[in-house]
Amino acid sequence: MDGSIAPEGQAADDTWTVAGRTFRSRLIVGTGRYKDLEETGRAIEASGAEIVTVAVRRVNLSDAGAPMLQDYVDPKKYTYLPNTAGCFTAKDAVRTLRLAREAGGWNLVKLEVLGPPPLLYPDMQGTFEAAEALIKDGFEVMVYCADDPLAAKRLQDMGCVAIMPLGAPIGSGLGLQNPAMLTMIMENITVPFLVDAGVGTASDAAIAMELGCDAVLLNSAIAHAKDPILMAKAMKAAVEAGRLAYRAGRMPRRMGADPSSPLTGLIR
Amino acid sequence: MHSSVTLTLNGESRVFEGPADGPLSVAALLVLIGLDTRKVAVERNEEIVPRSRYAETWLVSGDSLEIVHFIGGG
Repeated sequence: MDGSIAPEGQAADDTWTVAGRTFRSRLIVGTGRYKDLEETGRAIEASGAEIVTVAVRRVNLSDAGAPMLQDYVDPKKYTYLPNTAGCFTAKDAVRTLRLAREAGGWNLVKLEVLGPPPLLYPDMQGTFEAAEALIKDGFEVMVYCADDPLAAKRLQDMGCVAIMPLGAPIGSGLGLQNPAMLTMIMENITVPFLVDAGVGTASDAAIAMELGCDAVLLNSAIAHAKDPILMAKAMKAAVEAGRLAYRAGRMPRRMGADPSSPLTGLIR
Repeated sequence: MHSSVTLTLNGESRVFEGPADGPLSVAALLVLIGLDTRKVAVERNEEIVPRSRYAETWLVSGDSLEIVHFIGGG
């Protein structure tokens, strides 16, 4: 048959592309908050992720020979996405990513400029400043941001390569609190659109994908699960299921029953 | 003659003995600390030191260095 609908078996061709790099997995995972580096490596493997976020921190000079993340999460196998976690000003974020670029040679970065605890909500003023400086300096910026349609559009117009609003505060595990707003923002965004932060369990990731997100970024939901490896597998399946459901197109909602079995031919 | 160099390394004041034949380079400092240069990045007085220039970047007393690497993060 010469139909235009790809058979389900060709789902492997359902890729997405950010800043010219094409990926199969639509799950980006963080590498933080695990028990140890060994567990980090195993959880990431189980998640099927191809991109991992990493933080930039001072080397412990009193233990220079300590194992490093690269020994457990191979930068040749995974695309490292350096972040600016812990940066509360544009200056610190830009400084951090310049160091990251020198340490790894990567231009593709995750920018986040945060407001104070307890919310760590995106500081959009600082985010704009940092995005401008980074783009000018040749970085390809995937940006964590508020679920603000105007801010998201402005970041895209500035040249950010992916828009990544929060579904709920970082590490809260509250799930997507704003699905309607995320959908409305997405309508004006043409670069990849991801939910970054807020996912607590597999169904949250599936919901993000069903909304039409290109990918989902999460960390704590796996790292803080009782069994991180099992949750990594769950997230992989959820993101795939959510994506398939989005492509399949859900049935319309209706206020009332619509029987699945025919009403004709009933015995009397 | 060795000359000592006082540096602020990742926020801590440390004294290093420079080599006999000249000033201390970033490359020599990393060897003294025992770090794999391929896995770190160095900032000197808030300016990146490109890896290609470690051997010819000379340190003087009062310099402040940040030496960073990648760790797990979300």
